[in-house]
Amino acid sequence: MHTANDPTAPTAPTGPARRSLLLAGGAGALALAAGCRTGPGTTADHAPDGGTPRRGGRLRAAFAGGGAGETLDPHAANLFVDAARAKALFDKLADFGADLAPVPRLAARWEPNAALDTWRITLRPAAFHDGRPVTAEDVLFSYRRIADPKGTFRAKASLEPIDLAASRAVDAATVEFRLKRPYAEFPNVLAAFGAYVVPRGATAFDRPVGSGPFSFVSFTPGSSLLVKRHPGYWEGAPHLDELEFLIAGEESARVNALLGGQVEYAHELNPATARAHQGKGRIDVVRLPGSSMQGFVMKTDRPPFDDKRVRQAFLLIADRRELVDGALSGTGEIGNDLFGKGCRYYASGLPQRTQDLDRARALLKEAGAEGLKVTLDTAPAATGFVEAAGIFKEQAARAGVTVEVKVGNKETYWKDIQTSGTFASYRSGAMPIESHVSQRLLTGSTTNATHWRHRDFDDLYQQAQSTPDEQQRTALYERMQRRLHDEGGFLIWGFADWIVATAPTVRGVSRTAPANTLDWARFDRTWLA
Amino acid sequence: MTGGLAWTGRRLLLGAGQTAAVVLLVFVLTEALPGDAAVALAGDQPDPERIARIREAMGLDRPAAERFLEWVAGMPRGDLGTSLATGRPVTGHLAAGAGPTLILAGATLTLLVPLSLGLGMLAARREGGLTDRAVSAVTVAVHSVPEFALGVLLAAVFALHLGWLPATAVGTAVTGDPAVLVLPVLVLTARPVCTLSRLVRAGMIEAMASPYVAQARRYGLSASRVRWAHALPGALAPAGQQLARTCDWLLGGVIVVEALFVVPGLGTVLIDALAARDVPVVQGLAVVYGLVTVMANLGADLLARRLAPRSEVAA
Repeated sequence: MHTANDPTAPTAPTGPARRSLLLAGGAGALALAAGCRTGPGTTADHAPDGGTPRRGGRLRAAFAGGGAGETLDPHAANLFVDAARAKALFDKLADFGADLAPVPRLAARWEPNAALDTWRITLRPAAFHDGRPVTAEDVLFSYRRIADPKGTFRAKASLEPIDLAASRAVDAATVEFRLKRPYAEFPNVLAAFGAYVVPRGATAFDRPVGSGPFSFVSFTPGSSLLVKRHPGYWEGAPHLDELEFLIAGEESARVNALLGGQVEYAHELNPATARAHQGKGRIDVVRLPGSSMQGFVMKTDRPPFDDKRVRQAFLLIADRRELVDGALSGTGEIGNDLFGKGCRYYASGLPQRTQDLDRARALLKEAGAEGLKVTLDTAPAATGFVEAAGIFKEQAARAGVTVEVKVGNKETYWKDIQTSGTFASYRSGAMPIESHVSQRLLTGSTTNATHWRHRDFDDLYQQAQSTPDEQQRTALYERMQRRLHDEGGFLIWGFADWIVATAPTVRGVSRTAPANTLDWARFDRTWLA
Repeated sequence: MTGGLAWTGRRLLLGAGQTAAVVLLVFVLTEALPGDAAVALAGDQPDPERIARIREAMGLDRPAAERFLEWVAGMPRGDLGTSLATGRPVTGHLAAGAGPTLILAGATLTLLVPLSLGLGMLAARREGGLTDRAVSAVTVAVHSVPEFALGVLLAAVFALHLGWLPATAVGTAVTGDPAVLVLPVLVLTARPVCTLSRLVRAGMIEAMASPYVAQARRYGLSASRVRWAHALPGALAPAGQQLARTCDWLLGGVIVVEALFVVPGLGTVLIDALAARDVPVVQGLAVVYGLVTVMANLGADLLARRLAPRSEVAA
């Protein structure tokens, strides 16, 4: 049941025939999903654009970058631009659809054993840019490189469940992963950020060779990467002849470059800029919903938040609409203190929490916390952080709580709030609900910002991972989310859109894929009209 | 003459002392930055074990004194250490950023010096006259506009509305297409031209009223000879010192202008290095800025003393 049909033959033709193939694949995967956005794939996104894809041309895309320290090593990816470049040059075994359910990529299918602790991955026929086929040995080499005990690659934590010493290549097209424990959601690991497949033996990436839709031409760190169409791409060659990634750190520079015709795609725009240009016809503003969860974290093991009534009071203080309108300029939707709105397993049946100051006051009184004073740690580490903190301070004042906003250092913010303080601004990019739980809400989680450590909750998660039946698993996820919704440390007030803009000639840009999912910053399906 | 030499020696010694102070101060201040490269690299995934491993790999767990001595020892050899982000020599990073910044600074100075001299002399021809008042009004107005606002305004008008010039330098080498330089150079020139031309004007007016110019007139020298050969050199000393300050400012890369027009110069290198807590690169840049400042001011003082020997310039 975790398998999905191969959505395309490796030599799929371009044009309408190919689109229907993709539709079929998308529908197959949709049936597996708990039902949310439009499901994975390029399918519905392209239809409104109209017209047959046109071959040719160079698309220039402007991203914020990382300066001279930039690398094309896909395992070292850290920034959005790293992920976008890695996606052009390399492939993962799987990637996330718009609902954050894994979609097969280099893996044609995956099959677990009955205990869910051994997974057999069948690779689709695909080749690296130099013509070598992608084999099981390449996959094992890549995963071992990421998981190297001395290494510091970001995906290392995601690969932790795999016992790589015991995993093996069954044949050239089959990998068998042995896991340390049952893991029903193992395909999420195959789609993890940075878990790209590189050719075995690859150590230097100044002239990277991958299996992605584009092959390397030239690279100037901190400035530009030029890639060209890979005609033998397994999913069909891209429409564009060339693709250039350009670096412009300042948002106004990216917008000016787009308006001035120097680039055709600008990543990451401010809501105010988007509003100024939307519908004017000069540029096409694309909002990717659900890209960034916005909230506050309460340390559930420290006063005053070790009393669940105080946490519940804080959840009731938030006026979510006012926060979305004020801190995100209205570009987003409100949250219900649960991660992953619109994603697979999301408990959409739970009632939407709304502001209730009387109830909040009563709870605080019950907890003996009248006249409470709390310090809210924040920093300009993400859009809207400081604004949201200011708005929440006003809302809390109406419930008799004094919130003192402390603005910290943005470069060290994430580490600072990990261990110190009690109440802090928080955001997260899109990821499956399972990853959110395993990385942040288990006793052994490495980034457990709410200090949520409950054996019975850990057991629920482990039970879900040992449950092969999708429906039973959904019920277990619902139980976990019900508990978090009732008394968790995450106050999740909204989900911000991610804003990109394109020149009016650009077609085939997904309007549904959250940042870091398969169809986000995906240029092989893009064309210039 | 020996007095002059002693003064020069004192001035050079002071410059050397300033340089040493800069080196020490840079190290102490960058050490005091909150967080290190490991924390910055870990970003929103601050797994403590991962941070510790990165720190060890970067050698950040060694004592500060040891790292300082190693750093200073490398300097005479032109070795400023190794970048934490890339593992490449810091000097390489500086050289990469220096090209675009030097081109920008050079183009700006080429425009700035004749323009401010001309405007200053023009305004000083008749103090309080129509030209003087017009030049003053315009320079004060322009000077009050910050670089960022002026840059946005010029880009909106000349690049996006009229389409005469490229909006940014994104994707083009600064050397390849001179058109991308026009807007940044205009923005960089705008404010210094105001201060400099006003200093030239004030200096000229003062010099024209001075006894030595009156003396030159009594000798019957032509008006233009008096103006250019006698009044101007005396008027230039304060402007020269201001020009030295402008040079520092320009070599600093003028971060907002680089960011706004996507010029990958020293300012961009500094911002990226700070964000990544790439301390060796920040330190290298700070030392280079410090040296340039010390040397530019030294040059200006020596020049000022030569142009107007009687005035007691700082030393």
